[in-house]
Amino acid sequence: MHSDNWLKPLAIINSRIFRPFTEENMENTLDLKFTYTDKKDTRSGFGDGLLEAGRRNPNVVGLCADLIGSLKMGAFQKEFPERFFQTGIAEANMMGIAAGLTIGGKIPFTGTFANFSTGRVYDQIRQSIAYSSKNVKICASHAGLTLGEDGATHQILEDLGMMKMLPHMTVINPCDYNQTKAATLAIAEHEGPVYLRFGRPVWPIFTPANQKFEIGKAWKMIDGKDVTIFATGHLVWEAVVAEAMLREEGISAEVINIHTIKPLDTEAILDSVAKTGCAVSAEEHQYNGGLGDSISQTLARHHPAPMEYVGVDDSFGESGTPTQLLEKYGLNAANIVKAVKKVLERK
Amino acid sequence: MEKQSIEQLQKIASQVRRDILRMVHAVQSGHPGASLGCTEFFVALYFSQLNHNPDFKMDGKGEDLFFLSNGHISPVWYSVLSRSGYFSPEEMNTFRKLNSRLQGHPATEEGLPGIRIASGSLGQGMSVAIGAAQAKKINGDDSTVYVLMGDGEQEEGQVWEAAMYAAHWKVDNLIATIDLNRQQIDGPTSEIMNLIDLRAKYEAFGWEVVDTLKGNSMSAVVEGLEKAKNMSRQGKPVLNLLHTEMGYGVDFMVGTHKWHGIAPNSEQLADALGQLAETIGDY
Repeated sequence: MHSDNWLKPLAIINSRIFRPFTEENMENTLDLKFTYTDKKDTRSGFGDGLLEAGRRNPNVVGLCADLIGSLKMGAFQKEFPERFFQTGIAEANMMGIAAGLTIGGKIPFTGTFANFSTGRVYDQIRQSIAYSSKNVKICASHAGLTLGEDGATHQILEDLGMMKMLPHMTVINPCDYNQTKAATLAIAEHEGPVYLRFGRPVWPIFTPANQKFEIGKAWKMIDGKDVTIFATGHLVWEAVVAEAMLREEGISAEVINIHTIKPLDTEAILDSVAKTGCAVSAEEHQYNGGLGDSISQTLARHHPAPMEYVGVDDSFGESGTPTQLLEKYGLNAANIVKAVKKVLERK
Repeated sequence: MEKQSIEQLQKIASQVRRDILRMVHAVQSGHPGASLGCTEFFVALYFSQLNHNPDFKMDGKGEDLFFLSNGHISPVWYSVLSRSGYFSPEEMNTFRKLNSRLQGHPATEEGLPGIRIASGSLGQGMSVAIGAAQAKKINGDDSTVYVLMGDGEQEEGQVWEAAMYAAHWKVDNLIATIDLNRQQIDGPTSEIMNLIDLRAKYEAFGWEVVDTLKGNSMSAVVEGLEKAKNMSRQGKPVLNLLHTEMGYGVDFMVGTHKWHGIAPNSEQLADALGQLAETIGDY
């Protein structure tokens, strides 16, 4: 639905700063370290990963609260009808049932929108899943502003914070279709509660197929020396684009993909900032409680350094296309470039 | 575990009531009222109904499972678990104290045998029991899953999500019991939030309903549980409406919400223990 809109802000930036810029000549216009030939939604990565996980392990079961199509769980349901549970529009009950299924050795994957996967059922997750250390995989689609036209009621920007505050909870926010699929397979083999966040828009597939996904291990995608950009989710792609734009201006940015918000790879963060001396975080989330918060906590405790946030600054979203929203709320490549320039002045 | 006679069960119940009062008194906190009211139910369940193994395994494969949704009545559960061999009765000395496995509300975090999920925040237990029951079905395990809820707890919306689901998906290896003592913290349920007719409500949701009218008569409780068991596995979840009196067994505690979450002082404890025979031996 949003497939052809995502590059528009870049076009705007480029018409001002660089040569005219279109999707077709992008690779010629910017020397990107990562490119793509295909685009897909990250939720499809989840759906395909779940199907594969189900084939690999008969204990994998699926639950969905009346959003099978949106969550891309239809293929799993079709292949494993006896291992699929339609709960109707009753997310609290779904979380409890998932917790109960683990007692019989099942590995439940719950599917609904990120808003209904977290805020709506926080107490159920807290008591029946996190505190009880149940092996439930809370899989959350339509997270963040890129949900688009449905507006702020559904665009949750607080979920990473809520989930990372829960003891025992692992929190993962992959960046594209391939990484989401790999993450889905990885969490099926991980014992313990996990929150897996992904989204609705079609997005460049710029990481390798069949990649190995290591929970808690940050991925340094691009080496640099002047600044480190720590990005998560959809904004990893924006960071890749920003790095190329910065390079054209003679700024060397390191790009680190923090797909696991918790446990945070503090070693990778500290190693990088020890080299670059400053940091920018980029995420589709509130400043409060997000990846930026986790990184600044790490830096404040171990290696104080200037840092800027790219994220949502204490406001709700609104209706619009994903591209328009990322631009209006300051979450695209151009804003990462701006944040980098600001943090470099503070070094 | 071999089945006990009604007389033996009554003796155990008397000891369990002493345990409840002594635990709550020792820390001057906890919930004696509904613990006392549900004593017959817990004793009947653990000593005559459940096929269970005190050598605790979380997955409970091949065993009947019990979940306590209204976790605040932990004293009665802890007493019955220890008296049926899950852990030493001496451990009841640690109830609600620092570094204890006997948390104020039941939890798995400290690894107390017999507990499969944390509870206390109300409304969640039946959903969990449904999940455990469905896992048993997938595993080809024909054991039964039991859950106890409070009647005040029926005010939580999640209970009705679960009730709708269990009937729709024919979770007929599930027996839910509601402790119908008609009291909640702030007063009688008729004043706080009228439950009106729980039988009619659950029947309308597609459940089979058994009324255990004398929820503090051991023979009636056993009979009610057996009736519920016989009605299970016929396409519908089963509800056991257990009519109890809060505070049953202690004359000054019975039939009032006053003792929902209040501990007796030493004088009151002595008075209460004087009404309850020490049958197995105090911990």
